[in-house]
Amino acid sequence: MNLLWLQASGCGGCTMSLLCAENPNVFDTLADAGIRVLWHPALSVQSGAEVRAILHQITEGTLALDLLCIEGAIARGPRGTGRFQMLTGTGRSMLDWVRDLAPRARHVVAVGSCAAYGGVTTAGDNPSDAVGVQYEGSHPGGLLPPEFLDAAGLPVINVAGCPTHPGWVLETLMLLAAGEMRAQDLDGYARPRFFADHLVHHGCPKNEFYEYKASARDLSDMGCMMEHLGCIGTQAVGDCNIRPWNGAGSCTSGGYPCINCTAPEFENPRHAFTQTPKIAGIPVGLPTDMPKAWFMALASLSKAATPERLVRNAVSDRVDVPPTLRKPRA
Amino acid sequence: MSGAKLVVGPFNRVEGDLEVHLDIQGGAVASAQVNAPLYRGFERMLEGRDPRDALTITPRICGICSISQSAAAARALGDVMGLRSTPQGEGMSALIHAVENVCDHLTHFYLFFMPDFTRPAYAGQDWHEAVMQRFTAMQGSGARRAVEARASLMHILGLMAGKWPHTLAIQPGGVTRTPTAAERMRILSTLRGFRRFLEAELFGAPLESFIDLRGQAALLDWHTGDAGLFLRAAVSLDLAQMGRGAGRYLSFGAYPMAGGFGFARGMWQGGFVSEVPMDAIVEDVSHAWMLGAAAHPARGLTEPDEDMRTSAYSWCKAPRLGGVPMECGALARQVIDGHPLARDLSVKGGGVLARVGARLLEIARIQLLMEDLAQSIDPSARFMVQGDLPAQGEGAGLVEAARGALGHWVRIERGRIASYQIIAPTTWNFSPRDANGLPGPLEAALVGARVKPGEDTPLAVQHIVRSFDPCMVCTVH
Repeated sequence: MNLLWLQASGCGGCTMSLLCAENPNVFDTLADAGIRVLWHPALSVQSGAEVRAILHQITEGTLALDLLCIEGAIARGPRGTGRFQMLTGTGRSMLDWVRDLAPRARHVVAVGSCAAYGGVTTAGDNPSDAVGVQYEGSHPGGLLPPEFLDAAGLPVINVAGCPTHPGWVLETLMLLAAGEMRAQDLDGYARPRFFADHLVHHGCPKNEFYEYKASARDLSDMGCMMEHLGCIGTQAVGDCNIRPWNGAGSCTSGGYPCINCTAPEFENPRHAFTQTPKIAGIPVGLPTDMPKAWFMALASLSKAATPERLVRNAVSDRVDVPPTLRKPRA
Repeated sequence: MSGAKLVVGPFNRVEGDLEVHLDIQGGAVASAQVNAPLYRGFERMLEGRDPRDALTITPRICGICSISQSAAAARALGDVMGLRSTPQGEGMSALIHAVENVCDHLTHFYLFFMPDFTRPAYAGQDWHEAVMQRFTAMQGSGARRAVEARASLMHILGLMAGKWPHTLAIQPGGVTRTPTAAERMRILSTLRGFRRFLEAELFGAPLESFIDLRGQAALLDWHTGDAGLFLRAAVSLDLAQMGRGAGRYLSFGAYPMAGGFGFARGMWQGGFVSEVPMDAIVEDVSHAWMLGAAAHPARGLTEPDEDMRTSAYSWCKAPRLGGVPMECGALARQVIDGHPLARDLSVKGGGVLARVGARLLEIARIQLLMEDLAQSIDPSARFMVQGDLPAQGEGAGLVEAARGALGHWVRIERGRIASYQIIAPTTWNFSPRDANGLPGPLEAALVGARVKPGEDTPLAVQHIVRSFDPCMVCTVH
């Protein structure tokens, strides 16, 4: 399988995250999956004219393109020209190149939320008029139209995340290389379900605080960050608290809220990222699939039942009160 | 001999997009123009937002300098708030930042810079076979070991910063997570593992013996480890003379803590260190596709010229300090911090050898710094204090990213960001010409680079460009 990776309008962080793959490392994983990297802008030796030659072979049809990975959003500005990002040395915009190459690829993978939906590159009023490869925010149809499908019947595969977990990218590529990724393996935003069928809440180290609505007031408090600090891990998809990041972590274990970075339009939440919006003191936004009345009822019940240990630890930066010990029955 | 023009791009193994235009005369570069061809408009995205959002948005300027951007934003907001982190929070921020910086240096050496020496053009060299073994892109045994060592070291970030890149752990008042005594042990253990890698693979000797090198001659005499392989190539290709710098260096001071900087703040010009005159920083836009006038970043604008006027050639503004371009990065930091090896390298040319040699030196010195920081962790202390953002105010956040001086300048009005300006290290190093026609540091360093007959992507140009370890996504942001 021949892979070409292009960095469009983004930060390069998904590539940097990819390099954090472990057991085995990223290079061995790709090689073992039979994936040959034709060119990657950060990792390949070829530069300048050598790269132009590879691109020329692909567009001429003399070099097969199996996996086209796009990292970063596609800049359309200024005024629809795409000149906010030129693919250097070629005199052509990235917009032009992706439009040209995507139909030639066996599969197209959007790596990261920028490539998938526009992401942070489109934050604020989207200064570079950027767009995702096949989505504009949550709306189907980006640079490529909603009906775009590859030869195997797959849309652009959105390995969303800001950044993506290296496992999400590598497992997607391995599934594609093995011919084992089917349309039904993608969710409604074309994200692979192997990570998108989980919520960030699953396995969150603050779960017990959540259960009793024992909330953190400030960043660095140990409590649940849903009520005050903007955490939307109960709504965000991702197995972030099931598989560790960098061997050990996740956003919530790091003491800061999940900002739903795998979702379209997460970059403009219409409130400060680290502050929960409230109406009449009640947080806006419910855990996924939770009926509102039940949530309110359970929340007030569990708040009333909160053990003293959690009340105190929730607003402390460390465990002040350890769990009560019980002696085994004789 | 008549001149020729070359356009070099896509220029890879740099972070982000880069295009270099060369005028060739008599087999050498007569003049160069550096184009940063990507504009995203981060400064504009921030306008009107809650100031705290800068801590989420600015790290995402760059996936390789993400924590540097975080640290600068936290310092800028802290400056507005008049809030200083707790000492332990400051130490942990420094450790988190140091892990990113040393990983960036490692990535640069093994993945970005050294693969150029595997090229067939160097097949006759006595080091070529060994370099191929270690540094062949995506395959070399050194490249593989280095990404593994990097991933293992980043377990400190998983633990203390949640993830990398794009953490929210660094806040104006400290860090969001308090370590336990057992976690301090894990951090120390991870650092010992990284030291083992550095001493077995990169230096082939104790770190302290590399740090003890006093000058260029001693450096070129270093034979062990992957550093030794680079130095053999440096001798045979005379990398000391390639891409010489102007000897003007800037550092905002790395790892600011209550007891001082990890590596000193200052500017170096004419052989002396002096204070950085912060008011003398001006961003010129004469050759950038930006509208408006030259201004200090506290009063600067980012207004893209959508017509992309032909008198300009880059989205990058041209920062100048007292009217002159400054070079920043590991070499600048180590010169200003007074390390004798770095000072000697700068005196003897400050070129490719000096930049890469200083980066190796800094890898060794950062390891010692990280070990000290980890030893000093006091799990019983507070790692963060809270503060309130005023509705009005101005602040600056100055840090050292791996690639050099990074500054954020913020102005808050009615509780919202009214202005946010950023000058990144590569904005300094890869700036275009200014209104006086003064080229940026890379443009100047490229003049005189050899272009061999038939070369369309000249190797000397590649070595010089990559010796700066540019980060183009930060450059324009």
